[in-house]
Amino acid sequence: MKPFTYARPDDAAGAVDLVAGDPDAAFLAGGTNLVDHLKLGIASPTTLVDVTSLTSDRIDDLPPAHGDTDGGLRIGAAVRNSDLAAHGRVRAEYPVLAEALLQGASGQLRNMATTGGNLLQRTRCAYFGDRTTPCNKREPGSGCSAIGGWARYHAILGATHEPAGQACVATHPSDMAVAMAVLDAQVQVLGPDGERTIPLEEFHRLPGDDPTRDTVLRHGELITAVDLPAAPIATSSTYRKVRDRASYAFALVSVAAAMEVVDGPDGPVVADVRIALGGVAHTPWRATRAEDALRGGPATDEAFRAAAAAETAGARPIESAVGGNAFKVPLVAGTLAAALRTLAHDPSTDPTEEPG
Amino acid sequence: MTLTPDAMGRALPRIEGGQKVAGTARYAFEHPVVGPLYLHPVQSTIARGRVTAIDTSTAEALDGVVAVLTHENAPRLADTSDAEFAVLQDDTVAFRGQYVAAVLAERSETAREAAELVEVTYDQQDHHVELDEDSPDLYAPDVVNPSFETDETVGDPEAALESAPVTVRQTYTTAMTHNNPMEPHTTVATWDAEDGRLTLFESTQGVSAVRTAVAGVLGLETGSVDVISPHVGGGFGSKGTPHANTVLAALAARAVPGRPVKYALTRQQMFDLVGYRTPTIQHVTLGAEADGRLTAIVHDVVEQTARFKEFAEQTAVYSRSMYATQNRRTSHRLVPLDVGVPSWMRAPGEAPGSFAAEVAMDELAVATGIDPVELRIRNEPAVSPASGLPFSSRHLVDCLRRGADRFAWRLRDPRPRARLVDGWWIGTGVAASSYPTNSMPGSSAVIRFHVDPSLDPALGAAGRYEVEIAAADIGTGARTVLTQIAADALGVRPETVHVAIGDTALPPATTAGGSSGTASWGATIADAADRFRDKWGDDPSDGAQADGSMPDNPYSGRYAMSAYGAHFAEVAVHADTGEVRVPRMLGVFAAGRILNPDTARSQLLGGMTMGLSMALHEESVLDPRSGHVINHDLANYHVTAHADVGVMEAEWIDEEDPYVNPMGCKGIGEIGIVGAAAAIANAAHHATGVRMRSVPMTLDDFVV
Ligand SMILES: Cc1cc2nc3c(=O)[nH]c(=O)nc-3n(C[C@H](O)[C@H](O)[C@H](O)COP(=O)(O)OP(=O)(O)OC[C@H]3O[C@@H](n4cnc5c(N)ncnc54)[C@H](O)[C@@H]3O)c2cc1C
Ligand code: SF4
Repeated sequence: MKPFTYARPDDAAGAVDLVAGDPDAAFLAGGTNLVDHLKLGIASPTTLVDVTSLTSDRIDDLPPAHGDTDGGLRIGAAVRNSDLAAHGRVRAEYPVLAEALLQGASGQLRNMATTGGNLLQRTRCAYFGDRTTPCNKREPGSGCSAIGGWARYHAILGATHEPAGQACVATHPSDMAVAMAVLDAQVQVLGPDGERTIPLEEFHRLPGDDPTRDTVLRHGELITAVDLPAAPIATSSTYRKVRDRASYAFALVSVAAAMEVVDGPDGPVVADVRIALGGVAHTPWRATRAEDALRGGPATDEAFRAAAAAETAGARPIESAVGGNAFKVPLVAGTLAAALRTLAHDPSTDPTEEPG
Repeated sequence: MTLTPDAMGRALPRIEGGQKVAGTARYAFEHPVVGPLYLHPVQSTIARGRVTAIDTSTAEALDGVVAVLTHENAPRLADTSDAEFAVLQDDTVAFRGQYVAAVLAERSETAREAAELVEVTYDQQDHHVELDEDSPDLYAPDVVNPSFETDETVGDPEAALESAPVTVRQTYTTAMTHNNPMEPHTTVATWDAEDGRLTLFESTQGVSAVRTAVAGVLGLETGSVDVISPHVGGGFGSKGTPHANTVLAALAARAVPGRPVKYALTRQQMFDLVGYRTPTIQHVTLGAEADGRLTAIVHDVVEQTARFKEFAEQTAVYSRSMYATQNRRTSHRLVPLDVGVPSWMRAPGEAPGSFAAEVAMDELAVATGIDPVELRIRNEPAVSPASGLPFSSRHLVDCLRRGADRFAWRLRDPRPRARLVDGWWIGTGVAASSYPTNSMPGSSAVIRFHVDPSLDPALGAAGRYEVEIAAADIGTGARTVLTQIAADALGVRPETVHVAIGDTALPPATTAGGSSGTASWGATIADAADRFRDKWGDDPSDGAQADGSMPDNPYSGRYAMSAYGAHFAEVAVHADTGEVRVPRMLGVFAAGRILNPDTARSQLLGGMTMGLSMALHEESVLDPRSGHVINHDLANYHVTAHADVGVMEAEWIDEEDPYVNPMGCKGIGEIGIVGAAAAIANAAHHATGVRMRSVPMTLDDFVV
């Protein structure tokens, strides 16, 4: 672990200046990811700029957008995961987000982890965390150890398999981000050139030809907040996380879903649906193919599984003697079916059934 | 001599409990020392070959670095016959992660940074790290741990199988697993050059064993090494014998006389250097009559060892003594690999062996259509199948019956995949369990009496009894239980007894291992108490003292001695996702006199928890390309969590055994894990119809 300087400037702009002006500086929030990386030697910034008190730790109501009756929420970048999960409006109007947060990490970690830091946490690929192994994300051109190695937690969609020097099959580990992907969240950013807004769906990037970059954020750009637009559909939403251990484990596959079901002549029909998948790609994976397959069709198990099949049609699993991930293809189907079934059967969303 | 229980059997609270809760109980690394140096090792990045050059100049130039030790400059060791201890003695690399250098620095961060700066050049050779039963290197060890016969044949198993109306022939596998106590291995070593004394604050399951080993390796008189270890944050066998880390710390201390050297392993290093459980491949064949009575048991095991040092886990030994049969074969074969040496992990042998044996019994139950509880009862032996000796006590059948009753077993529908509740397949399973009642020779104890006028007269004593024995409390409650034993042996109240342990300044004691601690140390204390009372009567004078030592058990060789148990588990497997949950686990044990119900329950539940963990999670993923465990931290190497299980209960039947030792107790540290994974695997089969012959089982075993 290399010595570093700790800085806490007076305001966000000062923090941006400090980091933007120094390629070896980094923002520090809860530290639950970055400090581990300092110890493992996979991050070695010379200056840490603490931003926990420079960005908002509040969750504020946003005014209604044009034509809407309700407004959304602005979540300060320093809001702790535990506070976000406990917020009344989040629980009532965006249950998918509260559920995703509560299924992430542990109570102690959620008390430290921030909204900004959570979006920027890096992959849990074991090779990325082990400096003695080749990893293109850590050391461009060195190769991807996960291919043919322990790839149980790795991507089946959107990964780069070749050329060897650019390959990366890592997944993004955040649960929160998967939930935010179905909520059309907007990431507010302050950079050296001022503010900009990045839709969450565009915030994380696929590895493409540069696996070193997880997001489109530029060095020195500070996340100040995440906005959630009003989303009536999200009152009927859920997060289903499937993992090797019942708690305190990262997702093998997760599903964030919001669905509106109406009565049709032959049974319940999907009026609208939003789906994002976790654990399958380098980004939270908005499953638009599955959404399109479902919209307007029956809300049945067969339809849910067919929608999953449509989404994973292009999947490229990893074969490995020490842990491949081909099981994720059927697991996406099972998990999506389990998630959507709970929404389809939720009596509060079912107009034919009065809740007893 | 048999003790009359008074304090024994009571739920005396843990003596050091308050200190532990308050954080004042000192673990090895926390002992205050003046001017310490911190050690951080450099580990090989190849699995086999030679170090051709080490450049330490950049590391040495770093501010705060005091020394960098390599095989070129490290002090020579007196005895390197145990290759595991031959630290920094030559240029060979026998496994990935081996120590090739060590940095000593004023701060731990500096040591770590400097270790990164040491440049090692290798001549790398091809390595083999994968367990393959077709390996041409396969061999039969002379004995298996600790000294069981490697192979054993009784009767004519092949002929019996040929004519058996029912046979089950299957292969079972268990994963490589790592012990991972909460407290990593730590040492604070100080070399006093003037007096020629080495002091080690050490996290260990046995200070006396560490003293002997380290003294031998360094060429010191045994009495010149002090080992102090009052509290230990778990060991599970990995601290049962000293490993290379202790030698490295001691070696480093000799290089910097007068300065304490502190070395705590990182979690990642815990996966490289301090032992692990070998993966196993187990071929089990059972032959039976139509009524389920076994006519033959064959249990052939293949497992790994290190090429540079042998460890042979006694996996098939479980099958030698569990069920009655006229024909039996058990065998062990090892594949030597370029890996770290396996070692003890809770119930070595019994834990993986019982998995295969008890799942095979479940398969036989299905094949014969006999209830699995009843099947085990039908195969209950009259005398020990291993030795032919009568049992000192064996209440397996009572455990099975009691557990079946408590688990409402009679309501069970035997058909697999018959119950789907809220999207979960539900099933129940059973497995038996046994663990030998070991006691080790070699402990001594001293008891001293001091008059203490301030003592509450209600305690009925004029003073306090100091009991000294270099035993270990690795979180088990040994200190408390030994106090209870000493009180009953002396015929006094436990409040008047103080037991001192964990220090080589005390009379030597055997290691906490093989579930032998309480039995061995307790019998030793009882012997000392006997002599004390003989000498001083019931009204000793100030300064009265007596020594005792571990007595021979007159019944050993006349009775077969083991503890037994029965595990019952309910498993739920999600129909869509394959997620596995264990809503209920129940263990019923017959383990002689339970000396303290609170600490005993913790041990049994702890063992069951580790069995649950073995069933669902624990697997060290060895990357064959690099030769090291890649999931080497607790985020990636899963141990079980509360949410995996609903209700977990351990209970016991009252068992009196006058033969095992003066306390009538049997070891309970390991029996809880034995059979637990099999019960869960059997329940998973009952739930889903999918037979689990390999652990850990994960959701992809069930998802289609
Ligand atoms: C054992 C363990 C288990 C976990 N399990 C889960 C899980 O199941 N699910 C899950 O989703 N997460 C899990 N996590 C991850 C956890 O959620 C993240 O570590 C946490 O959210 C990161 O937030 P932080 O504030 O601590 O970030 P930090 O560690 O402080 O920072 C992370 C990164 O974000 C950058 N950064 C921080 N704030 C800003 C900002 N405002 N603007 C720009 N850059 C910024 C930092 O420079 C750094 O690169 C787990 C973590 C651990 C250690
Ligand atoms: S998957 Fe990506 S992060 Fe993992 S080893 Fe390959 S390149 Fe590195």
